[in-house]
Order: sequence, then C-alpha cells, then structure tokens
Amino acid sequence: MDTSFKHDTLIASDRPDDGFVLSDEERTAIEHEMHHYENPRAASIEALKIVQKRRGWVPDGAIYAISDVLGIPSSDVEGVATFYSLIFRQPVGRHVILLCDSMTCYINGYEEIRDTLKRELGIVPGQTTADGRFTLLPVCCLGNCDKGPTMMVDEDTHSHLDAAGVIKLLEAYA
Amino acid sequence: MSTRFVSFGTPNLIADRLPETHPLTWRLRGDGEPIWLDEYRSKQGYEGLKKALESTPDDVAALVKEAGLKGRGGAGFPAGVKWSLTAKGDEIPRGYLLCNADEMEPNTYKDRLLMEQEPHLLIEGMIIAAYANNSMRGYIFLRGEYVDAARSLNRAIAEAREAGILGDSVLGSGFDFELSVHTGAGRYICGEETALINSLEGRRANPRSKPPFPGQSGAWGKPTVVNNVETLCNAPSIMANGKEWYLDLALDGSQDGGTKLFGFTGRVNNPGLWELPLGTPAREIFEDYAGGMRDGYTLKAWQPGGAGTGFLLPEHLDAQMCSNGIAEVGTRMGTGLALAVDDKISMVALLRNMEEFFARESCGWCTPCRDGLPWTVKILRALEQGEGEQGDIEMLIDLVHKLGPGKTFCAHAPGAVEPLGSAIKYFREEFEHGISHPHREPQAEPIPLGQV
Ligand SMILES: Cc1cc2nc3c(=O)[nH]c(=O)nc-3n(C[C@H](O)[C@H](O)[C@H](O)COP(=O)(O)O)c2cc1C
Ligand code: SF4
Repeated sequence: MDTSFKHDTLIASDRPDDGFVLSDEERTAIEHEMHHYENPRAASIEALKIVQKRRGWVPDGAIYAISDVLGIPSSDVEGVATFYSLIFRQPVGRHVILLCDSMTCYINGYEEIRDTLKRELGIVPGQTTADGRFTLLPVCCLGNCDKGPTMMVDEDTHSHLDAAGVIKLLEAYA
Repeated sequence: MSTRFVSFGTPNLIADRLPETHPLTWRLRGDGEPIWLDEYRSKQGYEGLKKALESTPDDVAALVKEAGLKGRGGAGFPAGVKWSLTAKGDEIPRGYLLCNADEMEPNTYKDRLLMEQEPHLLIEGMIIAAYANNSMRGYIFLRGEYVDAARSLNRAIAEAREAGILGDSVLGSGFDFELSVHTGAGRYICGEETALINSLEGRRANPRSKPPFPGQSGAWGKPTVVNNVETLCNAPSIMANGKEWYLDLALDGSQDGGTKLFGFTGRVNNPGLWELPLGTPAREIFEDYAGGMRDGYTLKAWQPGGAGTGFLLPEHLDAQMCSNGIAEVGTRMGTGLALAVDDKISMVALLRNMEEFFARESCGWCTPCRDGLPWTVKILRALEQGEGEQGDIEMLIDLVHKLGPGKTFCAHAPGAVEPLGSAIKYFREEFEHGISHPHREPQAEPIPLGQV
C-alpha cells in the first residue's frame, strides 16, 4: 500500500492554515546560508533571523517553512526559535529597546532608567506599547560597562543614560 | 536622523603605546576608526603570520606554549597546551577553529574594542591558530548585538580574501583556510565552548558533556579549537617577536606572559580599558588608571574579572592581576575587567541582581543549576525586603556547595555561586540584617488539602 499520501496529509493537517509562504528572497537567502556550513541544520538560526528581519517576528508558519527548506523536523526549528532571546515568536514593536540589566549597570543606576521607561511607555519589560512603537526587553551585559547605564535601540548603542535624557532620545525613533 | 553613540574610540587609551610594550593596542587610532588592511600592513601587520607559515605547525603551538599565553576568555587555560592536544594527522580530518566572540559576561567589554577597531589583528591571530591546529575553516561566533564589530570584521575578511591572505594557499604557503562571521541570537550560555559548538551547528545551546573534548571531537564531530578573541589577538606578536620578549612583557611574579586588557568600572572617576602587563597590581589599575572612587563613595568590595569571579576586599588590592596573583587571594582573574562596589550598594541587592541574571541565563540542562539558581533569587529577594527567615543564609551556603565545581555539566553554576559564597563570607552581617522576623509565625492557617 502506498502510505506516502497519508503521511503528507497527516503532516499537513498538523500545520496552521495561515497561508504563510517564504518570499523568493527569503528562500534564496536561507539556501545561500546553508552552504556556509557542513550541515544545513546550522543555518536554522540564521534562517529565523532572515524571516524576522523582513517581518519583525517569526510567525508559526515560518517554522514549518524553514524546516522544509533545511530538511529538519519543525520541532527542532521551534526548539531553536524558543531558546534564543533575540528570536521573537510574537509580534514586537517597530523599535526594540534592549536595556542592559547586568550588575555594572545596576551599580550605575539602570533601575531608574527602567522605571522611567516603564512609566513613560506604560509597559513592563517584555511588553509592547499599544501603538506598536516600542518593545522593551532586558538584555545581558552589552559590553559597554565603562559607559553605562547603556541600552540599544534597534542597532544603535546609547551610553551614559540618565532618566531625563532617555525619553528625549526615544523621540528619534518614530 | 538619530544620534549614533557607537563605542568606537574609547577616550581612555594610554598615551605612549609602542609596538614593543602594547602589542594589542599600539596600532589604535586616536579617532577610533577601524584599521583597514593598508594601514594594518604599514604597521607590521601580517608579519607574525609570515613567520608562522615559515615554521611547522607543531613549532607554532610550542612557541605559544613556551610564551605563557593563557586563555583570556575567563578560564585561563594555556593556549599552546590546548593547541598541542588537538587531534591532527594524516588519517584525521581537518577541523574547525572557533573564535569565541560571544562576550556577554557582565562587566566584560574588551573583545568588542579589538573587533571593532583591529579586525585584522584577530584575523591574523586566527590564521596562525588555524595553521597550528590544522583547521580548515574558522568561524567568529559573534554575539548578535555587536553590529559594529560585525561590519568591521566582514569588511576586513573581504579585504584579506581579496589580498590572498585568506582562502586557498594563504600568502602562497600552500595552507588553505576559510573564515566567516557567524552571528548569534542572544543567550549568555552560547559563550560556554561546547554550547557554542551546539549553537554553531544550529541546535539549542546546551553544553555537551566532556570528554570527548572539542579538540578530539567538536563541531560536526571534527577536531575543534575554541579560543577567545583576545587570546587569538596575542598570537601575531608572539610569532613576530618571540617568546622571551613576550614573557618579559609581564611583571615579575606573574606566571602568565604578555599584556592584557584590564579595566575597572563602577563608581570610579575614570572607568575604562587599558593594556597593561600581566602582574600589574590591582591597586595601580584602580588608583592610577581608574582614578579611585568618585567623591562621596568609598570602595567596599571589588571583583577581579566578571560576574563569575569572587568578591574581594579593598585590602586585597595589592594582589597582582595574573592567574597566580588572584588565586593567592582566593579567586580567579577571570576576564581581568574589575568592578568596584561602593559603600552605597547593598551586597544583598547586588547579589540578587547577579543571581537573577544567572538564573535567567541557565540553559536548564541540569537540575542543580536550573532549580537552584531561582531558589537563590527567591531567598535573596526576601532578604532584600527584610523578610528573610532563620536558616536562609545556611540554605544559601548549602546551595553554594551544591552548585559548585563538578556538580553540573558546565561552569555556569559554579560561576554563579562563586560571588555569592564570597559575598556571604565577607559581608555576612548584611545578609543577616535581612532576617527581620527571626521567629515569624505563619501568616495564615494552612488551607486544608483539596480545598483550593
Ligand atoms: C557560562 C559561560 C559563558 C562563557 N562565555 C564566554 C564568552 O563569552 N567568551 C569567551 O571567550 N569565553 C567564554 N566562556 C569560556 C569558554 O567556555 C572557554 O573557556 C573559552 O572560550 C576558551 O578560550 P580561551 O582559552 O582562549 O580563553 C564562558 C564559559 C561559561 C561557563
Ligand atoms: S550548569 Fe546550568 S548552564 Fe551549565 S549545563 Fe547545567 S543547566 Fe546548563
């Protein structure tokens, strides 16, 4: 008996019907990454980042699409996606604030910055503002300890933060 | 346009930096711009590599061993010894050289400077290490947040490839080596060398059990060498100037050779990063370079090199910053970037912050770490609120032992409890102060089973 058809439908029936398709660009970028390593699996983190770069986050459908391209189980892709803190499995704001909460920034007073951000943005770390502008996340030491408190907004590193300046500085991020 | 505050151009460079005394930083420009290939070559760049390619791989490893170069990633393992133990031979496949550029240890900001401003120094060091270990391919495992370092490194790699320094037959020597940047996606544990290998392979970053050691079987089962950025950046000058010179760079009393990027942060007058000889007394770094404490603050404790090292007292400042010097006062030099804790900081609150970090960053693979660290956080939070209970300090000490060296898969848990144990040792009264209800009565009658 030919079971392949059944097997495929079984897998397909497990998948969300959210119409997710990788763009040609994304697929090409992922296939390009695969060749940088001995084994296609190694491109899984990069593949997630490729999807996230374009869409801001990684929707469910992307997990299956990536697993198909790399030829590894979707549970492995999901395992990776949920392990790493910079892969977002839910939508984030247009700008992501990574606020260093490590000990040196603690001594330099990061808690005041965090409290200011919480108050002014009306969110706690892990949340996104209602207008979808900012997501606030804690991050491990940003390697900028001689210039703390410090945070990143998207790809920019900001040093010597103070409570008054931090809100002003966010104005640049529309 | 938004204002960009990049970390290019630390204002704290030592003024007279010479090739003979500051092999890591003498090339740095005043404007903090990266040093690209032409400039690097005009400043003795790739000369160490040429010398290395003229000798045998075994001789390169032996020279690095005799020069006393110890790992700068925190564990301090002798680099040349590691290289001499890597499996190599005709029947053994050529393996990988991984540069650990995951720099996330709290209070560590040294590799960033080297990668952003001196990318070719790292590339040169990596080719030398690859030659010594017969590695066919290298990856720089760079934390995702270091976007400026990624730009510098990618451009420098392209320049080197174009110039025949990377790729087939490096500088016409017949030795082939490819190199690329692999950026991570967060999580401190990726810096543990076997977790790094799993992460590179596209897996969750859980550490692997050892043996087998990566030198025997690492990335994709091939011999793999993992070294820190700063460690690798030392190889070119050792090749160019020899072991005697390198050993002599360090001060008397130091068993490690060379110089090191040292730092001091916290509420000091001039927090920064300086290249100094190994064996420099911590007091000199604290007083002469960091300028001592700011007005209104007194030094209460300090940590020699990152969150995973033990706390020391002001009286320990005369210790020499080198593996043996810091071992003498009871802890490890770690990354060599020290943190000053002042009298306005509560040790209990500081430890609470640190253990929150370690608990959050546990990979969850083994029970003592996964369950023990949140427990320390719970107790420390209670002590911080003055809601500790009798027995809490004993429980913390018990956890310090149960999470200590040898009880977990990797050094994350031992690193997490080393500062805790030393803080309790030196500042026990602060912890005791958090027990305000020594005989606290239960707040409410227990709810009978089955009624919730
Ligand atoms: C939890 C944990 C995190 C680590 N993070 C780093 C890191 O970010 N960078 C680094 O070079 N070494 C790190 N290490 C040390 C590495 O495991 C390894 O010892 C080092 O990369 C070896 O290089 P070296 O001998 O040149 O120092 C970490 C270790 C542990 C246990
Ligand atoms: S000690 Fe902690 S971080 Fe290391 S393997 Fe065990 S659970 Fe993971």
